Amino acid sequence: MLNPDSVGRTFAGAESVNVSQDQIDAFCALLQESDMSVAPPTFSIRITLAQSQAILSKPEIGLDWTRLVHGDQKFEINRPIVAGDSFRCSSTIENYKVVAGNEIVSVRSDLYSGNEVVVSTWSTLVVRA
Amino acid sequence: MIEVGTVLAEEVFYLDRALLREYADASGDQNPIHQNEEFAVSVGLPNVIAHGMLTMALVGKFVSDWAGGSAAVKEFSARFVKPVIVPKDQKVDLTVSARVSEVAGDRIKLDISATSAGIKVLGMSKAVVVKSENK
Repeated sequence: MLNPDSVGRTFAGAESVNVSQDQIDAFCALLQESDMSVAPPTFSIRITLAQSQAILSKPEIGLDWTRLVHGDQKFEINRPIVAGDSFRCSSTIENYKVVAGNEIVSVRSDLYSGNEVVVSTWSTLVVRA
Repeated sequence: MIEVGTVLAEEVFYLDRALLREYADASGDQNPIHQNEEFAVSVGLPNVIAHGMLTMALVGKFVSDWAGGSAAVKEFSARFVKPVIVPKDQKVDLTVSARVSEVAGDRIKLDISATSAGIKVLGMSKAVVVKSENK
């Protein structure tokens, strides 16, 4: 179960995340996207889900990532991600409830380049009972 | 002229196990429910299912193709209401369509529909794009 003290708190990712052209190329290739100069709109999930997993599955926060399903997802993209970007990620546990034994966690993640928020994402994650 | 009610031409994407593996590698999401049938069944799923985010990525391609490229997509959201089931050695459809729900200058909002095998897989899916030719 999630530690209720973590709700409303913001956690910073441990280290910055670098985006390479190879990562963008691989994402574009599977979508048959020929313009590889910018990342496809959902590319940032590759960064934010890994960061959220690292934060939420810490023992003191306590989410069981192995029984997790993705409930919904939203992106706000202030500018497209490009190769060479280096991001710091911060994740905020915005909401938490238990419904019929399922834990429902809403997480907002912001990708910062310097002081600029490049992409904000909202994920609802459900840990099945 | 794009206006409220304009309907975008339907597009069909096809998913198979090879695409799921490719997505697992590109996204870093190696959850076995997206690759291993025995494991998927053991946790109560009917078969291997596609990553919800792969479904969303393909819908994103539909949106960005219409809008004029990845950089045109400003907001994008969806609920994962049913999984896309991907049996071995089969190609399954992801059928995507959309309708313009708001126009504000060059910002256009879309209501998106996505089904697989006739079943709705995304709910409440919306996107906001900037389409400069609509100025």
